Amino acid sequence: MAIDIGTLDTFPKLLMHHARERGGKPAIREKDLGIWQTWTWSRFAEEVRSLACGLAAQGLKRGEHIALVGDNRPRIYAAMCAAQCLGAIPVPLYQDAVAAEMAYPIQNAQIAYAVVEDQEQVDKLLEILPQCPTLKHIYYDDPRGLRHYAQPEVASYESLIQAKVDAAALDGEIAKGHGSDTAAMFFTSGTTGTAKGVVLTHMALIDRAKAAAEMEGLGDDDVALAYLPPAWIGQNIFSYAQPFVTGYCICCPESSETVMMDMREVGPTYYFAPPRVLEALLTQVSIRMEDAAAPKRWLYRRFMHFANRVGGALLDGRPVSVADRLLYSVGDILVYGPLRNVLGMSRVRVAYTAGEAIGPDLFKFYRSLGINLKQLYGSTETSVFVCIQPDGEVKADTVGPAVAGVELRFTPERELLIRSPGLFKEYYKNPQATAEAKDAEGWFHTGDAGYFDADGHVKIIDRVRDVGKLADGTLFAPKYLENKLKFFPYIREAVCFGHERDRVCAFINFDIDAVANWAEKRNMPYAGYTDLASRDEVYDLVRECIERVNADLAQDSELANSQIHRFLILHKELDADDGELTRTRKVRRRHIAERYEPLVRALYDGSGTVHVEAQVKYEDGRSGTFSSDLKIRDAKTFAAAAAKRAA
Amino acid sequence: MSGAARRVGEVVLSVQEVSLSFGGVRALQGVSFDVREHEVRAIIGPNGAGKSSMLNVINGVYHPQQGKIRFREREFQDMDSRQAASLGIARTFQNIALFKGMSVLDNIMTGRNLKMRCGFLQQALWLGPAKREELQHRRAVEEIIDFLEIQHIRRTPVGRLPYGLQKRVELGRALAAEPALLLLDEPMAGMNLEEKQDMCRFILDVNDHYGTTLVLIEHDMGVVMDISDRVVVLDYGRKIADGVPEEIKRDQKVIDAYLGVAREAVN
Repeated sequence: MAIDIGTLDTFPKLLMHHARERGGKPAIREKDLGIWQTWTWSRFAEEVRSLACGLAAQGLKRGEHIALVGDNRPRIYAAMCAAQCLGAIPVPLYQDAVAAEMAYPIQNAQIAYAVVEDQEQVDKLLEILPQCPTLKHIYYDDPRGLRHYAQPEVASYESLIQAKVDAAALDGEIAKGHGSDTAAMFFTSGTTGTAKGVVLTHMALIDRAKAAAEMEGLGDDDVALAYLPPAWIGQNIFSYAQPFVTGYCICCPESSETVMMDMREVGPTYYFAPPRVLEALLTQVSIRMEDAAAPKRWLYRRFMHFANRVGGALLDGRPVSVADRLLYSVGDILVYGPLRNVLGMSRVRVAYTAGEAIGPDLFKFYRSLGINLKQLYGSTETSVFVCIQPDGEVKADTVGPAVAGVELRFTPERELLIRSPGLFKEYYKNPQATAEAKDAEGWFHTGDAGYFDADGHVKIIDRVRDVGKLADGTLFAPKYLENKLKFFPYIREAVCFGHERDRVCAFINFDIDAVANWAEKRNMPYAGYTDLASRDEVYDLVRECIERVNADLAQDSELANSQIHRFLILHKELDADDGELTRTRKVRRRHIAERYEPLVRALYDGSGTVHVEAQVKYEDGRSGTFSSDLKIRDAKTFAAAAAKRAA
Repeated sequence: MSGAARRVGEVVLSVQEVSLSFGGVRALQGVSFDVREHEVRAIIGPNGAGKSSMLNVINGVYHPQQGKIRFREREFQDMDSRQAASLGIARTFQNIALFKGMSVLDNIMTGRNLKMRCGFLQQALWLGPAKREELQHRRAVEEIIDFLEIQHIRRTPVGRLPYGLQKRVELGRALAAEPALLLLDEPMAGMNLEEKQDMCRFILDVNDHYGTTLVLIEHDMGVVMDISDRVVVLDYGRKIADGVPEEIKRDQKVIDAYLGVAREAVN
């Protein structure tokens, strides 16, 4: 269980507490030279103390900022805590950022000190030194390649450690810290405009870390793998704040390429992965299964099909027949257990995913294997934990109810507002942005649109600025619909229309690889995308997907009116080169609506086909014209479940 | 590991008037050159110029009919390869010569062979000294794995690795012998640009970090000119030029040899 915080209101105080209480237990493990090397809590505290004295001797003072750049390494975390001991503010920066991206935070916070992992990071900081005149000290952990660096700014981490520890003075500094002091500053990636430094206090981070740890019953026997960038608040919470609150151990992999193997070796009990990581893992499993011998493939298919039906229910503690339980335990011996082992998830008790919408099939795959994967919601500004799905109340399309201590509210525009002890103090040196994000009553405006579902779970559907209304005033969330469509392997892109219209219609791009494969299995000859796009069989395939989405939407009281009535398959794939997608493959809705205006009109005027004539740019730069009749098809819609319930 | 700073020093290896022939084929004809401590020395030349033969003479695979080799303080008429290895000369091969079925770790471990002191029986019974020795060598090997950034393939059988990585493993095995002189036979042959850049960096790192003296054969002129301190040019078994890259680039005989001027004109 999480410890009683009491007077331990800062991270350094927590560290000293652990060094006293569980000094011999592992705090951080790092795989180095092929062996897991362990730092116990007392070793960790010792390292932090001598490093803090070293930094103090170099002139680091209370309130100053210190940049941390590197992968998950014990020494990076030690530097974080050492800075906090002195009342300085660590600013973790992304280790894979290019030099120019690092300049802004350093200038913004007038950073003079940096602790970095290796030569790569030293080089980047030296490169931006002319733009960052405040930067005076760069300490590196790994000396490789740095022997010949003569710059006066550069020194080794080792040289800091050699300083003598003045225990009394240091304890005095630690005691001066308060929970309301700034603990760290995280720069948000800043998809809109420049990056903002999010200022978080010790108490905010500790409070949230503790609330989630108590909810999940985390204790000092738990183990987590630290494999995502420490500059990202999520990783920092899982590998710094929460272990400091509960005393669990984190493991740093040897390198980014060895994460899978290292994970199998340490067998974490507490795990976080964004959907893209989970998807990559599933792809690996699928590929390996394709290569397996026929009996194994059969066994896998057979048992995964069964697990899909039963596994989730077992995990949720819902009633399952004795026969099914028996069969599941056979599957556990033959398939699920070995598979969990390969994934390194044999010991996982609690796993989270967050960050973007996760496909229901992907989500279900892990849960049906018996891995307790759940969703959470949060951001840098909220010290992560706002919503978590409790055990037994896990759904693929919500992020769960509020965690203890959090108040939630939706504005009439459906924007989610949050009030929580974990909220950020401010955006650094940006009172205007702070005022925009956090109102006078302390509500944080997330910019995310959503609502509470029937069980009180928060459902996030889109960004507020993208949400519209149908003509009858009901909610229209295009991205939510498009995501739902894109979860089908056959559908690559979708663009939904419906804002201020009486119903929803859609453009579809199918996934050429998946559909080509499907066509080949049916011995359907075809010439390419455009050819397939005109086939009735493909229309039927897409229609089935849409109808399944419609059936699903009908269950949802808020979105039942958003069922897709008509659709067409575009004659070409949407392309960033034509300005239809952004470079990160996000649909540019408005541009598409203008460019294909006649097609949109045809979707709504009831015609069965529409003639398109389009300028086509070939890859060699030539252009030609293309003309064809696109078919428009209706999809079946379903009566809303809410109506049924009322009847 | 040694932290010898890279400063080119005294001559460590000198090849004097070496001639080698196979029956009627005269692979090397009176070739002389020297290699200084901590230097990167390249041997270049068109196909069949005798570059690989030269390396094979240096580490005792071939035995020259004439000439002498001086390594450190000792002079040899010819070397045998075991003797060369124990003197601290290691090499990699043009067509990778690793144990395909063995893991990367085991392959590099074989590079420590000459440094193992325990006998077969001790090792087989896993006696105390054998265990201690194994651990000590394993540590050295792990440092090389770390140095070459191949942790992720430690346990992978070498045969399953892409070509570029196999080359890196071979370099690792040669490094495991902690050589004073490392001979690299076309370390970048058949690599793509990225792999070449990686390999260049590793070669320079080896030279810098371990202070190893390097002799390498390479076809990629850009690479040779970038990383070597001095270059020897062979053509038809004769030395036609020797000097720093700048001189070699301007040398008319070298240009002719590479651009293929008619033989009569050269003679």
